[in-house]
Amino acid sequence: MHEMSIAMAVVGQVEEAAQAAGATAVRSIRLQVGELAGVVPDSLAFCFELACSGTVLEGAELLTESVPGRARCGPCADEWAVGMPPELCCPVCGAAAAELLAGRELQIAGVCWEEGPVPAPTRERIPEER
Amino acid sequence: MCRVVDLQQAVLAKNDICAHELRAELAARGTIVVNLLSSPGSGKTALLEQELLLARRRGLPVAALTADLATENDAVRLARSGVPVKQVLTDGLCHLEAGMLGAHLEDWLPEDTRLLFVENVGNLVCPASYDLGESLRVALASVTEGEDKPLKYPTAFGLAQLVVVTKMDIAEAVGFDEAAFRANVQQVNPGVEVVLTSARSGAGAGLLLDRAAAVADGAEAHLPVMAHRTDAHHSHHGGGELHSHEGGLLHAHPNAQDGDGHSHAHAAGAATTARAHRP
Ligand SMILES: Nc1nc2c(ncn2[C@@H]2O[C@H](COP(=O)(O)OP(=O)(O)O)[C@@H](O)[C@H]2O)c(=O)[nH]1
Ligand SMILES: [Mg+2]
Ligand SMILES: [Zn+2]
Repeated sequence: MHEMSIAMAVVGQVEEAAQAAGATAVRSIRLQVGELAGVVPDSLAFCFELACSGTVLEGAELLTESVPGRARCGPCADEWAVGMPPELCCPVCGAAAAELLAGRELQIAGVCWEEGPVPAPTRERIPEER
Repeated sequence: MCRVVDLQQAVLAKNDICAHELRAELAARGTIVVNLLSSPGSGKTALLEQELLLARRRGLPVAALTADLATENDAVRLARSGVPVKQVLTDGLCHLEAGMLGAHLEDWLPEDTRLLFVENVGNLVCPASYDLGESLRVALASVTEGEDKPLKYPTAFGLAQLVVVTKMDIAEAVGFDEAAFRANVQQVNPGVEVVLTSARSGAGAGLLLDRAAAVADGAEAHLPVMAHRTDAHHSHHGGGELHSHEGGLLHAHPNAQDGDGHSHAHAAGAATTARAHRP
């Protein structure tokens, strides 16, 4: 089960980015998981929770977005959902797909984090002005 | 203050970078890696024993590294061929990663090695996601595993550059349907070559070695549809992911917030969230 390795990689990457940005707590992470990425979302969610504990990601929510596999045919330019198990020969003309357009993503799309006590001049100035 | 940040990082970017570097480093010294993937018991070690012995007879400098969760039996078997063999105990880890492989090659891999065979951990799911810097990826299945194996493990078979059927000596006894197997392989990986072997009878002996040697000599290996993709790994050169290919996987992304092409998204995201999260 490599979901633990994947979860740890996600946590590690977000941790590093959070640290560099001075974020103090990560609230949520959007992760795109392709149908053909070879990752089981449920087991990833389970591992993610474990991997977060004791880090700046503790308690963060993992929002996984499943990305369906899509392929394109060269000769007839047909595009189709490959399904599972995937059909990588063109349903129209039978040729091998020219390319897989989507479906192998394993990508941290975005995060939402707290950036800590920002030295916010507006917040301090307002009481003084009153 | 909660801030939405558009990171756009491939989770396996670190491994992919490592793999690219290892492939280039090895290519520069004339070595290619052959990555062997299968379920436990498919016959990787048995086939490899035979191919290593053949290579030695042909005077082709080869070496083998075998990964196992806990035992050293495979290395002992492979070492009988007389070629350099190294055992890697993954200590429970279900797959090899490029960085681990690279570290194991230092101080071990003989300089003149042409082909390095890597017997990956017996598992068709996890190792499939990790590029090891190989130039030829081989998925194996024995005749006893069912014709639908490629459909059950589409990522492993879909990314293979060569498919090897093992234990053909018992194909008839177990009623192996070769045509059905081939059709299933073609469904997930059109155009990939399927070869039939038996370490026991010697059928197909040398085929794996021939294919690997051809790639080492510059022949183009099969490019699977699944590997030929336009997703994040390849289309974002010049975008967020380019940073990671330059080495500093994460260094660049903090800058991305105030600097480069991501800035609009960030600004917008930050504003929206700031509003949403204000008490
Ligand atoms: N009949 C038959 N059995 C084989 C063959 N190759 C391997 N085996 C048997 O299959 C089992 C697993 O083989 P092994 O090489 O250890 O598989 P690995 O786990 O993929 O390395 C062993 O009992 C082997 O003797 C073959 O060509 N024919
Ligand atoms: Mg073995
Ligand atoms: Zn078509």
